This record gives sequence, structure tokens and C-alpha cells, in this order.
Amino acid sequence: MTEQTNFVEIRHAQKSFGTLEVLKDISLNVERGQIVGILGSSGSGKSTLLRAINDLDPLTGGEIWLDGVQVNKILPHRQYEKHINEMRQQVGMVFQHFNLFPHMTARENVTMAPKLLKGLSQADAEKLAEEQLDKVGMLERIDYYPSQLSGGQKQRVAIARALAMEPKLMLFDEATSALDPELVEEVNLVMKKLAEEHMTMIIVTHEIDFAASVCDRVLFMDQGVVVEEGPPEKILKNPDMERTREFLRKHIEGAK
Amino acid sequence: MGLDFSVIPKYMDIILLGVGWTVGITVAAALLSFIGGIIFAVIALYAPWLIRQPFRLIEWVFMGTPLLLQLFLIYFGLVQIGIDLPAFVAGIIGLGLHFAVYNSELIQTAILAVDKGQMEAARTLGLSRGQALVKVVIPQAVRAVIPPISNNMIALLKDSALVSVIGVSELTLSAQRAIGKTYRPFEFYILAAAFYYVINLCMEWVQRKIERRISISR
Repeated sequence: MTEQTNFVEIRHAQKSFGTLEVLKDISLNVERGQIVGILGSSGSGKSTLLRAINDLDPLTGGEIWLDGVQVNKILPHRQYEKHINEMRQQVGMVFQHFNLFPHMTARENVTMAPKLLKGLSQADAEKLAEEQLDKVGMLERIDYYPSQLSGGQKQRVAIARALAMEPKLMLFDEATSALDPELVEEVNLVMKKLAEEHMTMIIVTHEIDFAASVCDRVLFMDQGVVVEEGPPEKILKNPDMERTREFLRKHIEGAK
Repeated sequence: MGLDFSVIPKYMDIILLGVGWTVGITVAAALLSFIGGIIFAVIALYAPWLIRQPFRLIEWVFMGTPLLLQLFLIYFGLVQIGIDLPAFVAGIIGLGLHFAVYNSELIQTAILAVDKGQMEAARTLGLSRGQALVKVVIPQAVRAVIPPISNNMIALLKDSALVSVIGVSELTLSAQRAIGKTYRPFEFYILAAAFYYVINLCMEWVQRKIERRISISR
């Protein structure tokens, strides 16, 4: 096994659903504190790649490493479950449809996992909930249920819920695509704040301007391969590949 | 021989004792059917094949045979293999398991209807599948299923009259005893019916309370 050097390292990731090959030999390195954006049309495999990182969609080939530990290592079932639960505690994930727990208040959404998994006392958990919800500007709604919140507010609570586990890495799976346009900004602001704090992030997004403003590096994916990658000013302003240009044309037109 | 309700007060203590037994057995069996329903549902959906099989047999027995027969089997049948249960315990077990099987069907459907993003979100935080079920999926499924389960509980109340056949002096049997002494069937059956109605109203009230409590959180 080769020496693992990068914070996140994806080696030759391959994923098939039956005969459909969704990811074709993708390799990707992310350094600590780096923010990587993944762009691509739907069906390009970008969400599958993101979901493979915490094993929600297990790879059919290749390796995923996080901070020196292989995420998808081969272990007997029980040991693997234990291992993957530990790995997932270190990786926060934010979903397109928020997936807040509807039977819990914002506070309970944030404290449930730390209390259960880290044995936090009630007092510490309360403090944690206030801290994290304050960070995303949701302290005033701490005792609201998800049904009483707007989409943008739900997503901010979902980010606080993920941050409460003190993850090393945050994954964003089209975090703003389900939001009304006027609610996108408040979520983007929270993500920018995390970027300023040097949180390592991998962001799957459709928003080219946002990717340009926060990402250190951008990948463009199409049909299960990385077509092009590099700094956002290069990929988003002056790409080499025709497929990237076409994608950008469509998306910039679409935005207008 | 006309109607004469004046005989009722003299036998009111028997009837009230019967009401007490009916309420006690119904509440105990309802709890058993609720908790049992959750356990059966989880086993049906998630347990390994080998563990599922005996529960499928239990399910078949309780769904496919008359409750009356089940009560006889538990009360009279189990004695032969050395399990001698008091009649009211046999009644609670019979009614409880019978309705647990029906509740289990409802809860299974509700568990499968919980958005799969809920399980994913919980797993992403690091919860095991079991933890995610207990903390996230089952609480939502149970909330969704309170109204149909309440209907089952009304049915349970009515079927609790069947435990009279194994000698539990619940409301129906108490009415019969009073009738045996007075030869006034109409008066006492009407009285028993009125008490069933009142218990029904109380159950509906409890159901509304529970629903109101959980509807805030949805």
C-alpha cells in the first residue's frame, strides 16, 4: 500500500450500478483546509463521488482515504460497521433536501448525535447547540421545529447539526439547489464563513459564481470522469475543454 | 313485565368492578399491543431470516385464527405444558398479541414510508442503523400511525368482552351476573353499553391529546 500523504485522497474510484458505470477511475486529492468545488450536469457522477467519500454510495473499485485512514477498507461486516460509524463522525454532510429530523427542534437536531455518540452531558450539549446555532444565525429559532422554518433556515440548522460533531471535512451535496433564489444567499454566507475558518470542504454545486468566489480548486465532471480541474479563474473563465465550455455556456445563459 | 331501572343501584358495585377490569385489561393489552407492534415490525423488516420465521408463525396464528380460540389456547391450553396463567393475565396476553400483529402491519408500512434521507442523515452523523432506527425512523413512523392504531385500540376495547369466556369478570360478564340475579337483561345490557360508550369517549379524548401533542412537532 502506498504512503498516504494528502488529507483526502481518492484513488481510482470506480462505481457501477449494474452495467451502468457512474464513476470511471477518478482520482482526487484534497489538502487540509482546501475547498474543492465539483461542477457538472446531472448524471455526471458528482453526487455519487461525494456520497462515496462517507460510504453512503460505496465504491465498486478504488480507495478513499481520510487523514491517513482508509474509509472503505475491507473488514468483516461488524467491524466495518463500527469503523464506518467512526469515520462518518469525522465527516459532516449537508444534503440538498436538508433531511432535518422533523420530530426534533433545531436544538435537538443539533444535540442528538453528540449526546448519543460522544456522551455529552445535557449542559454541554445545550452549550454546543447554542454555539453552533449562533454560528449559522439560528439562535433565535433554537426551539423551533423544522416545519416552522424556511428552506434557508432549515439548511442552516442542518449545517449546524453537521458541525456539532466537529468534523474534519464537510461535504455539501447541492446544498442550495432546493432553495428559492432569495434564500440561497443566507446559506452561501454560512459556507463562506466556514471557508474563512479553513474548514476543509468539498462542494457539489450548480452555482458557478459561488464556486468561483469560495473554491480553491474546481473540478468539472461529465459522464463519470473528471474532464478538467484547476483554479476557478481558469476552469470557470477560460477552460481548455469544449465540454466544460458548453456546460458553462448553458449555465450562464440559464442564470440570465 | 316493563322496564325497571330501579334495580340497577343495588348491583352497581358489581358493574363498576366490571368497568374497572375492562379498563385495566384494555389499557394493559393496548400497551402490550403497541410495544409488541413496534418489536414485531422491526423484526419483520430487519431481523435475519432465521429469527423472522418464528415471528411469521406467531403472526399467522394471531391473524388467521379467531381471538376466542387464541384466548382458550392461552388460558386452557398452556396449562397442559405447565404454564398456568391467571385468567386476566391470559386475557391481556391474548388481546395484546392479537392486536400487536395488526399494529405491526401498520407500523411496518409507516417505517417504510419514512423518507430515506432521514436514515441517511442519521448514518452520516455516525449513528449505527439500530441507533438511527430508534432515534429517528421509528419515532416518525409511530407518529404517523397514531390515528389508525387508535382505531385498533377501540376494536381492542370491544373485543375485551371476549375474555369473559375465560372467567374474567369484566363489564360484559358482570352485567350477565347481575342479570342472573335480577332477570333484567335489557336494563343491565343497556347499562353495560353505556359504560362501553363512556370508555370509548375517554379513549378518543386520550387519542386527541396525543395527536395534538405530536402534531406541533411535524
